[in-house]
Amino acid sequence: MSADFDSRESSAGPLGRIRGRFEGPNTLGNSTPFWVAFALAVVGLAAYPQFVGLYSVLTSTKYFALAFLALSLTLVWGYCGVLSFGQVAFFGIAAYAFGVIGVNFSSAGGITAAVVGAVVAGTLFALVLGYFMFYGGVSDVYVTIITLVVALVLNTFMAQTAGSEWAVGEAQLGGFNGMPDVPDLVIGIGETNVGLGDIVPLYYALLVSLVVTYLALRVLVNSRFGMTMVAVREDEQRTATFGYDIAFVKLVAFTIGGALAAVGGVFYAAWGNYVDPTVFGIQFAALPVVWASVGGRESLLGTVGATLVIERMRTGLTEGVGPLGPEWAFVIIGGLLISIIVLLPSGVAPSLDRIGKRLLDRLGDRSSSRPTEEPVE
Amino acid sequence: MAAATVYDGLSLLFQFLNSFGFLVLVTVGLAIVFGMMGVINLAHGEFILVGIYGTALAYHAGAPLPLAMVAGVVVTTVFGIVVERLIVRHLYDRLLDSMVATWGLSLVVAQLLLIVFGSSLDSISTPMGNVAYGPYTSSVYRSVFLPAAALVVLGGLFLLFTRTEFGVKARATIEDPETARAMGVDTDRMYVTTFAIGSALAGLTGALYAPAIGAITPDRGSTFLVESFVAVVVGGSSVVVGTLSASTLLGLVNAVFSWQLGTFVGLMAMLLVAIVLLRLLPNGISGYVEDWRERRRADQ
Repeated sequence: MSADFDSRESSAGPLGRIRGRFEGPNTLGNSTPFWVAFALAVVGLAAYPQFVGLYSVLTSTKYFALAFLALSLTLVWGYCGVLSFGQVAFFGIAAYAFGVIGVNFSSAGGITAAVVGAVVAGTLFALVLGYFMFYGGVSDVYVTIITLVVALVLNTFMAQTAGSEWAVGEAQLGGFNGMPDVPDLVIGIGETNVGLGDIVPLYYALLVSLVVTYLALRVLVNSRFGMTMVAVREDEQRTATFGYDIAFVKLVAFTIGGALAAVGGVFYAAWGNYVDPTVFGIQFAALPVVWASVGGRESLLGTVGATLVIERMRTGLTEGVGPLGPEWAFVIIGGLLISIIVLLPSGVAPSLDRIGKRLLDRLGDRSSSRPTEEPVE
Repeated sequence: MAAATVYDGLSLLFQFLNSFGFLVLVTVGLAIVFGMMGVINLAHGEFILVGIYGTALAYHAGAPLPLAMVAGVVVTTVFGIVVERLIVRHLYDRLLDSMVATWGLSLVVAQLLLIVFGSSLDSISTPMGNVAYGPYTSSVYRSVFLPAAALVVLGGLFLLFTRTEFGVKARATIEDPETARAMGVDTDRMYVTTFAIGSALAGLTGALYAPAIGAITPDRGSTFLVESFVAVVVGGSSVVVGTLSASTLLGLVNAVFSWQLGTFVGLMAMLLVAIVLLRLLPNGISGYVEDWRERRRADQ
């Protein structure tokens, strides 16, 4: 496979070299048709607000915020082999931190500082937790358990912050009722700022951030560090034998994952102007695992796609399906998760990728004007 | 003055026995399935819930409490066997996948209990009454009977796995399934049986705690899960040694901190101890004991 990429890099000129950075053995979709389809999908999403009502735009914006959470788990679990059930911990910490700082400093500069502070808080928490786990030699299952327990403990903790003594400056934590009045997103200082409180501007801001993040992650997972992460996932001991510092690689991946989840948390809190302890609850914690498992945890785009589709489905389920009321949503989601794990362990995206490649091969054979993209397996 | 100190000591002792019994019972089913089969059952809390619901429903239907408890255990065991055949069977040797799938299961079970039985069942009053001493009272059932039951369960498991033919075969299957099969052990049956025992123990825990947890709600599963996980993490993969040592240590920490400062501080202290211990003993207490034994064997 890699010979294929090398030859392209040397032959295709500057544009090909740039494209080469986004492609590699660690991502699905390394063909020209893929990039054309990707560009069309982005254009489609950009045009979406022109064709639907504000409510649809609003809910789609939430799905984008959640997609960051999905990407964070894909990076940590799919690429580095560390199954974290606690990505929501970093998401929720950032959401609360954004609320607390934003409520206390409501100027443009204050809210920009809140964004930075919240992402730093989520990332630092991941760094400290990851340090204890990976440098303590905690092995895979225990990492999963610890991360889940951390999320559930935060859930218990935030749920009991109802009293007036649980306040940071002006911001009441509010226990079960959560924190209302989380400010809108504003980037800038003083007069030179961009307010992203309205529905449509926020939609575009999140869409652009998501596309940029996706492309950046493609570069990351196909870089030297990305190769090392995948090596750790595939065989930890062998990678260690080659002289790589396993704990360090895992810690870096886990911290980047924490940062991504934190970004999602900020967007989520700013989107709804609200955050409550359910962001740390077991049902919410299950969602990223569902998205990643269904979409294909080793595929960045598959996870994002699954997030959008499953969350759209959940929104639909709140009105009920046929005779089943909204309370069936989690039965259906859980059932979907179990079936995918048992029947299609690698998720939907890799299967779609195989079908796509087979179609391309067949087209190539028929016209026989271009060589096949992939070596025949 | 001296009398007050004695009462405080007694109160602390009962608090310790209370959380020790709880930790052993919620952990032991999870520990068996993890230690013997290498499968983490993230629906363990919901298995306990199934036991609680089975017991409570039978009790409210008019069965005497002991009989209702038997019903709870039977229901959970059957449920466990069905789950093993339908889901877990496909996931041996796929540790992380087994966690994800059983997590999905926990969502489904908790939500189905909510849909079918509503947001809560009537509670069952705790039997055996209270004992009063100085300014304190303790429930005899929670502070004496349940810890004793926990010890009986651990003793029974120890005998089952060391003194019976089933135990030898089960341990052979865990150690080396290929060789066990070659020696004529039906490993498939061993897995089902072990999972059924784990489920039965979860059911027993549910049955025993049905009269002791107050309101019976479908979202209680995750609270059992947290405590059992912490104990398994601290204890390591050996069932009896791990569960006993972890429950004693964590029960002590929990008792000391929650005695004056409340249950939330008790839970937090347990988690902090667990994280610090993991930093020092990554394979849990029983992993450390194992290492120590091996080193001593090597020295001889």
